[in-house]
Parts: sequence; C-alpha cells; structure tokens
Amino acid sequence: MSKFEFPPSIRSRPIYRTLEPRKGPAHLLIADAAGAEAMLDMATTEMMQTAHIIYIPKGADFGGKLRALNPAKYYEGPSYAASVSRIRKVLADAKMGLQVYLAGTEGLMGQAQLEATNAGIPHTAIQCEHRGSVARRMQCVHCKGITEDVEVDPFICSHCGLNLFVRDHYSRRIAAYQGVCIDAEDPGNVPPSKGIYE
Amino acid sequence: MSGAQKIAVTVTEIVPLNELVTRFKFKPTDGSLLPTFSGGAHTVVEMKDGAITRLNPYSLMSDPMDQTAYTISVRRDDVGRGGSLFLHRNVKVGDQMTISYPVNLFSLDLRAKKHLFLAGGIGITPFIAQIKQLERTNGRWELHYATRSVALGSYVDELTTKHPNEAHIYYDDQEQRIDLKNLLDGQPLGTHVYVCGPKGMIDWVRKTAADEGWPRESIHYEEFLAPKSGKPFEVKLAISNKVIQVGEDESLLEAMEREGVDAPYLCRGGACGQCETDVIDYRGNFIHRDHWLEDADHKSGKKIMPCVSRFEGKTLVLDR
Repeated sequence: MSKFEFPPSIRSRPIYRTLEPRKGPAHLLIADAAGAEAMLDMATTEMMQTAHIIYIPKGADFGGKLRALNPAKYYEGPSYAASVSRIRKVLADAKMGLQVYLAGTEGLMGQAQLEATNAGIPHTAIQCEHRGSVARRMQCVHCKGITEDVEVDPFICSHCGLNLFVRDHYSRRIAAYQGVCIDAEDPGNVPPSKGIYE
Repeated sequence: MSGAQKIAVTVTEIVPLNELVTRFKFKPTDGSLLPTFSGGAHTVVEMKDGAITRLNPYSLMSDPMDQTAYTISVRRDDVGRGGSLFLHRNVKVGDQMTISYPVNLFSLDLRAKKHLFLAGGIGITPFIAQIKQLERTNGRWELHYATRSVALGSYVDELTTKHPNEAHIYYDDQEQRIDLKNLLDGQPLGTHVYVCGPKGMIDWVRKTAADEGWPRESIHYEEFLAPKSGKPFEVKLAISNKVIQVGEDESLLEAMEREGVDAPYLCRGGACGQCETDVIDYRGNFIHRDHWLEDADHKSGKKIMPCVSRFEGKTLVLDR
C-alpha cells in the first residue's frame, strides 16, 4: 500500500525517487511512518556504522526494525516539531560529505529538506523517497497559515477558514504546497471535497 | 556581432611579475567607467597580430568594484599559438586595444557557507578577484595555492601579507603538496570548493571531492583551453554557403571569423557552450577538446565546439 505513483504535473511539483546508498563519511536518515520501509530497503551494514537515524513513527511500528539495523545513533521522536531541534544540531555539527536520506510523507521530506538546504546542502544532493500517506502540507496564500496533513481538495484553512483549492505549486522555501481560495468570485460556491488524487 | 559587447581601452601599465608572468592594466580610452563585475569573470582581449586577429580570454584580477581599470595577468606560453607571446612582446603602454565586457563562467556560489579555493600556477588569477569580492562582504574563505617555486609564485607575497591566516602556499620544487583528502575531510557543511589550474589538478580535485561524498553542485572548476594547432582541414558551411580552409595555427572558429561568418562565442576556451555547432555530414575523425559536450555527443558525430576542436578527414559540413 505504501508506494504511490504521483500523476505527472507542473515543474514546481517535487519528484520523489528511490533511495540509494551513496559514498560519504556520515549518513543522516530521517523518516516518518511508512518511510521506515524505504530506509530498511536501502540501509547497508557499512553505512550504519556512521549513520544517524531520526524516526517519527506517527503511529506506525517500525522502530524495532530500524533499531535492529544497528545505526551509530538512533532517535525516535513523537512529532516533527519535537525532532527538529535535533535535526538542526546534527546538521550544524556535520561536515562536508554527509549524505542525507529522507523518506515518508511529503510534509516530513519537505521540512527536513529545508533544514538541510539551510545548512548548505544543495537540494539536488538530498535524496527523497515517498512512502505512506499522500497528505500534503499546505500554505494558505491569503493568511500564510500552514495546515498539515491535508488529504482532501478543497479544504478549509485551519487558520482563516477560507475554502482552499489544493495546487501543485510548491515552495521549497516554505516546504508547502499553495492553497488558493476557491470561492473568491462567488462566495459559498464550493465544490464537494474529494481525495486529492481522486 | 557575436561575443560580449566590446570596450575600447588603453594600456596604462605593464608590470613584469617574474620570468613568466606579466600584468597588464587597461583603462577606457574615452575616460568613462567600466562595468563592475563578479569575481571569476574573464574578458576576451582582441589582438591584431599582423593579418591574424587573436581573441584570448583572461581572468580579471582587479577589484570587481573598481570601475576605473581592469587588470589581467598573462603567463607567457612559448609553445602556444602566440597570443600570450604577442601580449608580452608587442603590447606597449599607451597602446589602444579592444576587450570584451566581463563574462563569468566561474562565479562564486553565494549560498556557500565557506569558499575553499585551490589554485595551480596562473590559475590564481580568478581567485584574486573573488577574494577581493569576499573581503568586501565578510565572506569566509581559504586559499591553497600550488606554484612551481618562490621565483615563479605570482602574488604570493601580496596574498600572504594581507591574508596570513587564509592563504596557504605550496612550492613544487620544495616537494610541498596540497594534502587534498585531509583538507576536504572535516570542512563544514555548506563549503564549496573551487579549482583553477592545470587539467590534471582539476581532474584530481573533482574526483577526490566526489569520492569523499561532496555534491556535484558544490564543486566548481575553470580551465581555459587554448585552441591547439593541428593539420589544416576544409569545412563546408551550409548556411553561409562557403567552403573554408582551417589553417594549422588557427581554430575552426577563427577561420570562420576570418571568412566573415558571424559565429557565436563567449569563452573561446571550450567551456561555455555558446559556439556549439551541429554537424550535417562528415567523413573522417573529430578531435574533440572541449569540456562542454557530453561523451555521447562527442561520439555521435553530430556536434562540434569550433573554438577548440578540430577535424581530420575528407568532408565536414556544418550547420552554420
């Protein structure tokens, strides 16, 4: 269930590939929920000697298997917000050659990628593999508020309450897709919500 | 007219630095201000050498914000085709010359947290301008400069006096070598490495950095290729409807220009990609020397970079 083929879209939309081990003195693996499976598929014994795994289960049960990979460091956090200070510390102390692997939901990968690019890694050098939920992290272009884990289109902005259309227009700087008011011209004329890819 | 816009300049200063390298200063002939540039930029210097017009790129090494003059440093190449010899022997203070607007194919990536510069010999020149640019903006940098000997170490004194903590010098004749693997190991995340020097040094740095897990986008290099002499050959230019002869000591690009064909160019050194030309037909062998085209393009027989590459064989028809 965990692999989803995203339909082709505009250039702005991120494209996810399959993680592969790369050469480097250290490896940072960040995953949420089913993203753990991508890490389990990719991990090598050699890489684990200098690997730091940061995992946010979101209710999934892969912690034991990830720990069994025997990485140099393992951390499990209750949420991304709880884990981000550790991610920043790891990146601040990191040296050139660090390989970054991200897997799981788009929201997790986008936010962790932003931390890595802020730390100086070119975004093209960061590997991402999508697994699990296809929910999106959305920014309301009107009030700028972020709504996490949006599964339906249109949806209601959790900050200002506008009815927002889910666009494929993505911002790496904000790590979110853009949500635009769908009934600005004709208030109240809102089509029924359905799954983003239905 | 192809290439960057031109500037009429007067040579105001010629300073021999050592046995091989001489510095030239250019000021605009009409007294106007020059454009500012970014560190790493080069200018194409036009040289009227008898019947031949030579157009050679040289890195600008003056302060990028100094609009009153540009300076370049030229290493004499006794076995080259004559451009550097012409500058060293024929150009005098007061001469009027034509240079191009600055073009930068080796700019700093300003997203970098730190800039690590590796220079070999005359490859020091772009870094001198880049260092001036970074000093203005409090950029973080470090230079490792390998040169043959104390006598041939252009700008070593200036660099080590002004930047004793950032500039590191290695003399070949004292068996001093850049300990590259060790130098790359432990650089802070967000460091970009820049290399300018002989081809062997560039290849060594690119390979070592890639092996140490450095992203491709964090590795920058510049190598100007001078066009090499070779056997004369004949080319048919399909659009211009001309058959031209490429002489032993001129490049295909220069031969086209001599015949009045307006062929595009910028760097004239196999790096920028501007002069890429489609091949319509050929019978013979290409001598590809650029580092713009991919290996597959080189093998395909469908493309050539006329600024540095040549041809040996019976027929060559170009879409120009």
